[in-house]
Amino acid sequence: MAKIIVDGVEVDVPAEYTLLQAAEAAGAEVPRFCYHERLSIAGNCRMCLVEVKGAPKPVASCAWGVRDCRPGPNGEPPEISTKSPTVKKAREGVMEFLLINHPLDCPICDQGGQCDLQDQAMAYGVDTSRFHENKRAVTDKYLGPLVRTSMNRCIHCTRCVRFTAEVAGVPDMGALWRGEDMEITSYLEKALGSELQANIADLCPVGALTHKPESYHYRPWELTKTDSVDVMDAVGSSIRVDSRGREVMRILPRVNEAVNEEWISDKTRQIVDGLRLQRLDRPFVRENGRLRPASWQEAFAAIAAKVKGSVPEKIGAIVGDLAAVEEMFALKLLMESLGVTNVDARQDGTVLSPAYGRGSYLFNTTIPGIEDADAILIVGSNPRYEASLVNVRIRKRWRAAPPPIALIGENVDLTYPYEYLGAGPDTLSELASGRHSFIEKLRGAERPLIIVGQGALARPDGLAVLSAVAKLAQDVGAVKDGWNGFSVLHTAASRVGALDLGLVPGEGGLTAQQMAQGGVDVLFSLGADEIDIAPGAFVVYQGTHGDRGAHRADVILPAATYTEKSGTYVNTEGRVQMANRAAFAPGEAREDWAILRALSDVLGRRLPFDSLNALRAKLYAAHPHFAAVDTVQPADGSAAIQALAGIGGTPDREAFESPVKDFYLTNPIARASGVMAECSALARELKLEAAE
Amino acid sequence: MLHDRDRIFTNLYGFHSPDLQAAKMRGAWDGTKFLLGRGRDWIIDEMKASGLRGRGGAGFPTGLKWSFMPKQSDGRPHYLVVNADESEPGTCKDREIMRNDPHLLVEGCLIASFAMGAHAAYIYIRGEYVAERYALQRAVDEAYEAGLIGKNNIHGYPFDLYVHHGAGAYICGEETALIESMEGKKGMPRLKPPFPANMGLYGCPTTVNNVESIAVAGTILRRGASWFSGIGRPNNVGTKLFCVSGHVNKPCNVEEAMGLTFRELIDTHCGGIRGGWDNLLAVIPGGSSVPLVPAEQIIDAPMDFDTLRGLRSGLGTAAVIVMDKSTDIVRAIARISYFYKHESCGQCTPCREGTGWMWRVLNRMAEGRAQKREIDMLLEVSTQIEGHTICALGDAAAWPVQGLIRHFRHEIEKRIDDYAANPHSESVMIAAE
Repeated sequence: MAKIIVDGVEVDVPAEYTLLQAAEAAGAEVPRFCYHERLSIAGNCRMCLVEVKGAPKPVASCAWGVRDCRPGPNGEPPEISTKSPTVKKAREGVMEFLLINHPLDCPICDQGGQCDLQDQAMAYGVDTSRFHENKRAVTDKYLGPLVRTSMNRCIHCTRCVRFTAEVAGVPDMGALWRGEDMEITSYLEKALGSELQANIADLCPVGALTHKPESYHYRPWELTKTDSVDVMDAVGSSIRVDSRGREVMRILPRVNEAVNEEWISDKTRQIVDGLRLQRLDRPFVRENGRLRPASWQEAFAAIAAKVKGSVPEKIGAIVGDLAAVEEMFALKLLMESLGVTNVDARQDGTVLSPAYGRGSYLFNTTIPGIEDADAILIVGSNPRYEASLVNVRIRKRWRAAPPPIALIGENVDLTYPYEYLGAGPDTLSELASGRHSFIEKLRGAERPLIIVGQGALARPDGLAVLSAVAKLAQDVGAVKDGWNGFSVLHTAASRVGALDLGLVPGEGGLTAQQMAQGGVDVLFSLGADEIDIAPGAFVVYQGTHGDRGAHRADVILPAATYTEKSGTYVNTEGRVQMANRAAFAPGEAREDWAILRALSDVLGRRLPFDSLNALRAKLYAAHPHFAAVDTVQPADGSAAIQALAGIGGTPDREAFESPVKDFYLTNPIARASGVMAECSALARELKLEAAE
Repeated sequence: MLHDRDRIFTNLYGFHSPDLQAAKMRGAWDGTKFLLGRGRDWIIDEMKASGLRGRGGAGFPTGLKWSFMPKQSDGRPHYLVVNADESEPGTCKDREIMRNDPHLLVEGCLIASFAMGAHAAYIYIRGEYVAERYALQRAVDEAYEAGLIGKNNIHGYPFDLYVHHGAGAYICGEETALIESMEGKKGMPRLKPPFPANMGLYGCPTTVNNVESIAVAGTILRRGASWFSGIGRPNNVGTKLFCVSGHVNKPCNVEEAMGLTFRELIDTHCGGIRGGWDNLLAVIPGGSSVPLVPAEQIIDAPMDFDTLRGLRSGLGTAAVIVMDKSTDIVRAIARISYFYKHESCGQCTPCREGTGWMWRVLNRMAEGRAQKREIDMLLEVSTQIEGHTICALGDAAAWPVQGLIRHFRHEIEKRIDDYAANPHSESVMIAAE
């Protein structure tokens, strides 16, 4: 710790703090543009100049360390001033320079109302202009479908360049030319090749980079802000959903150090148009092979007729990837009351099961824990597209001090270098038997991390693979006191919650695949869109979008998306998080738990709750850990790994394949989004180009 | 006036061959092994005692700079980088050294590297210096061949010397921008601290020195610190290469003692001012980045760091630009302003935005197409740039403008009055720049 006097207030701060951080600790506000706590320090905007006693000229507080300050002649702590006339003048000067070539187009600028330059010009600028020359004109750049540019407004803070280079890990942005001709560009005027690119528009302190899909749709002060969580992948990024009236206008990241820091993937952000397109806004019933709009009563009656004409062994339920814990719990109770054991939430066919303990299916290391790992092995996963923000953490770990990283699976670009070991289970067994040099690095590591993805588990021999990975983890000491390096990476937001609830086939029950292939007569699908259901069964689809599931359905019950209901989601780490309602579901669509409650009444098996709170009370009584929102209930790692290792079996030889074939189109909401379709087409093009 | 026997650069004009044989006859590489044998500390102490101040412009004591390097390596290699990116307008001293006396530089590199524990040195040479690059490379090759430097050289100190050429950017003469450029990045100055002596080239302790500072080291050590410090005035000692250009009868490069007066310098070596001393208007005494000094103040001023700082200018690189009364002083400074606008790297705000602004205003002032209140505004803009930037280019851009306004405000006002009196006059024809 070091003492420093800020504006006469003495504070004690860590010596590695910068003056800016020290000033903030002392409660002094320091304006800044280029400085961002998650990016490297550029020190180029010069807005954060402060006066250091004894220094001949003002210093950039973002780049000057507390330990770089000299103490006074008698050993008094260094003294800085953030309010002196010199500082005020320096700020006014810098502000004037920033504004001389910045267009005065705030009325037509999308950044208006959320613009750092606007705010700081009000606070630190002067009200007149002395600049009578022509302003600089810069051609706008094409950066792809997500980011609109207006380069006249650029103040060259280089946040976007640093983000793409450091966090996103693609070399797509930079600056050309020099002096006042300097231009921020992607060199080749190509769309950025990153799944995190839209974050640069958040980072841009001015209106040079704005979000293209939502441009000119709103002013920020018109929006109602709702804190929520994302369901596009199993990371559960913290988001803020901004809505106007009934409509969701945009999705922004929310700072959550434990999960997404302050980034979100493009899919999380830009599926907004998918929330209003292709929506199911009324019930449908299939008659003579065609779906016709119907009333809720008609739909329920059709279901009741079918259920009554069937036996529990011939009834089944599959849960999709976007379901919240509440409706899964309601569905589970309903199926139990009907005596149905054919229940499965694993439509992709993964072999994970609560039978082996909670530790067998969680990302036990936790996402922040990645930063402590000192050797990383990835098995059957492409984290960049299956869980972009987990990949960001691995990259962050790699940037801090590169640990040995290896991958078994598809040889893809993860934005950081890794040792490619091989494609499938053969390599895994080679590694396990010690015939591969990487095993030494894992064994030598203090805190080895083994990430196993659904590419290795959602296959017929998945259990054998899982067992082999568990054995390997045991062998290298990945699970011990204070460290659990056995981590399962999920791809579906609902999956961990479903496994926590025990939504897997009961005694003699059928799996999702067996049900889909004709094992049941009446199939209840809670938003299961990623599974093909064979002809024959009567399918009740409760979901939000006119997607694959709805096309196959015989009765459609329109439901609410994650922005339209309050729901609990458990992410891949086992972190319980709550999504909140930002808007209402369209038309006659209802919240999922309420639909199930109403249906239970028609089926004569009334569920014992009349409100969401009553449902939650029951849920928390049955599964107390769901009540601990925003926390991870750690699982017993060694018991789980012991159980898994004991399964044994021989995997076959087929290579691991990531379940995410197209990052932008993994769920019905994304598939309804025009923006995602455009991104997907561009990504395909880029892939083709790269292959040439 | 400096005696011939006290000159360090005895082949400044290229009358003799620059090759190794001839250089040895002039004294280069004489007893280098003996000098190294006296140890690192002796060399640094001797350099400190000599009072040599860095010849690149800032005038920082060279021996002191060398002593900032860590005494013991922490595992990282040390580097010496020689700044041969001589781009300051008016300056052409390093060019002559590299053309005609390159072996003094090569030897200096070895000595300085030895003193700092560096086993590799890089010479970053300006992109436009093509002939000099060849000359220098030839000298380096000769030294390698003769076993003077290299892995197993006769001095018993493994040492490699590389000549690296830039691509032609003024900003790469700034030491940290030079390091960035050498690492293959865009030449943009780094934030300091950390200083290069801690984190320089490739993150290793590095010292960046001017060509002249390094090239004089061998001779200083051979002849002794007291010889060097006996020349010149206190705190401003030794010999210095002056590059006199502009309106003198015989522009030249000359090695002279520090602290001789401007009048001596011009009369002895340059054949006087064009049109006589009465015709002198102003002088820029240290390369384009220092403020000009009007005739009456400079004529009898000693040319050294401290006197010129007292005149609110500076010795800089000792590139003396002489302007007689035929000079359009406003346009001259406007042209310098254009240079800084063109060479600003664009990294930090005040310099990126301010240099262009100053140039545009000055350009109008050169025509008289301005308001008198804009003179004060221009002065204020220049102070808003000065001291607020990452590197010293912001200062360098601001100073000439400040010098102009300080000494020639009346000239600008007259220009504005003339224009106001006859605003639609034919514009003056100017040769394409």
